[in-house]
Amino acid sequence: MFNFNIVSSWIHGLLTGVMPEWAAILIESIVVALVIITLYAIFAILLIYMERKICAFFQCRLGPMRVGPYGTIQVLSDVLKMMTKEVINLRQTDHFLHNMAPFLVVTASMVTFACLPWNAGAQIIDFNVGVFFFLAISSLGVVGILLAGWSSNNKYSLIGAMRSGAQIISYELSIGMTMLTMICLTGTMSFSEICAQQATEGWNIFRGHLPAVIAFLIYLVAGNAECNRGPFDLPESESELTAGYHTEYSGMHFGYYYLAEYLNLFICAGMASTIFLGGWAPLHIAGLDGFNMVMDYIPGAVWFIGKTFFVVFLLMWLRWTFPRLRIDQILSLEWKYLVPISMINLILMALIVSFGLHF
Amino acid sequence: MNSQNIMFVILAVIMVLSSIATVATKSIIRAATYLLFVLLGTAGMYFLMGYTFLGAVQTMVYAGGIIVLYVFAILLTEGAKNDAVKSKVKDASWGLVLTLVGFLTFIGVLFKQNLFEHVAALGAPTEPAGAAAHNSIDEVGHFMLSTGDGGYLLPFEAVSVLLLACIVAGLLIARKR
Repeated sequence: MFNFNIVSSWIHGLLTGVMPEWAAILIESIVVALVIITLYAIFAILLIYMERKICAFFQCRLGPMRVGPYGTIQVLSDVLKMMTKEVINLRQTDHFLHNMAPFLVVTASMVTFACLPWNAGAQIIDFNVGVFFFLAISSLGVVGILLAGWSSNNKYSLIGAMRSGAQIISYELSIGMTMLTMICLTGTMSFSEICAQQATEGWNIFRGHLPAVIAFLIYLVAGNAECNRGPFDLPESESELTAGYHTEYSGMHFGYYYLAEYLNLFICAGMASTIFLGGWAPLHIAGLDGFNMVMDYIPGAVWFIGKTFFVVFLLMWLRWTFPRLRIDQILSLEWKYLVPISMINLILMALIVSFGLHF
Repeated sequence: MNSQNIMFVILAVIMVLSSIATVATKSIIRAATYLLFVLLGTAGMYFLMGYTFLGAVQTMVYAGGIIVLYVFAILLTEGAKNDAVKSKVKDASWGLVLTLVGFLTFIGVLFKQNLFEHVAALGAPTEPAGAAAHNSIDEVGHFMLSTGDGGYLLPFEAVSVLLLACIVAGLLIARKR
């Protein structure tokens, strides 16, 4: 497999040759940040187009068709429109918090986006407690949502924010539990090591068989709830709350919520593909050496993005198939079913690992 | 000045300014937001020192947990509407005295231990401790659950019993008759 470390260390050597090390690191950090922001925007555009098309196909429609061939330029022109719209300041609200809230949400989302392993060696934030750091940063977005709801000075927004906060905090528990189950199997919390392990020993969902499959299913449900999507889109249910916590936002401030919502979907899917489906690790079948050789020639980034979009498709399928749940149904699903199941699953995984019953 | 010192200064300025803003602001929800920045700055300090586990715990427990709890509590009660009560001169002077005592203790400890000379002799850290502390999460886990020398199993279990008691008490209070 191609290791991206070769490229990054070559660039580092080139830069340190002409300037002191701190300047080189500063320039590298700025370039990496620009790359993250660009990728963030590109993936948001791709995901919004994908969502509109898939939603349309599920409902026997065509989706956007007018702007460009098959509506491909539709989302780009939406982005332009959103960037040129006026940002409205509301009267009798806390302007500082109102303007800061979208930045909190989008920053938390971007930092978690930087945790994703794109290829062997092409990882931006990577240290020994990677999974834990990912969970910690993703819990920051809730503050932004709550502040947005409060500072809008609007009862619907406040109710939307409270629902969203309660839902995200509850479902974080299941996500933490399922990740703990998989860490129990891998024995490491670093994303790069988790991927490297899966490249040599097989994907976690096959290695951990029964508990891994249960954890994957729980993760899909909880991840969908964490993104406020699908059957769990009650915080922004249009028919009851106009648009939930971002009702009062306009222009690019609304755009940040929109971006963060779609990128959280991508990040959630990317985590599923990293932890369960091997990240950049190619598909290997024991015994078929020729097949494995061919699979090794496909670059890791293609594997990662391909798996992630597969999970994104699963989540979109869920979203456009099931009707919306009530708030009490959402909370009882989490606290009465998902948490106990994932606790038992964790014990099952611990037993399987300690008796060496995994592959 | 190397890059670590520059980052330290940036974080320290953010933390000091947000701490002052936390106590100086009139709106209680703004105070919670400024407190978030102070806690995030503390997490940044831990990351700067290479203690990634501690930094992640700080972010998760304080920034993601406690602050969310505060904001929830403020929104659910009427606290969000009324601005902070005008503090009386008597209360303010008590606060001033306590602050001065704390500050003098801090300065006294600094001079008692000759920390300035130590820091001057230490020089700038050349390498973040992250490389050395690579297996720190494993070590933390082993210390937490070992009964031997330097083991923390008893405090660990005592804390879990305390948390269990808190949960039971919370349920008892919230339960409908």
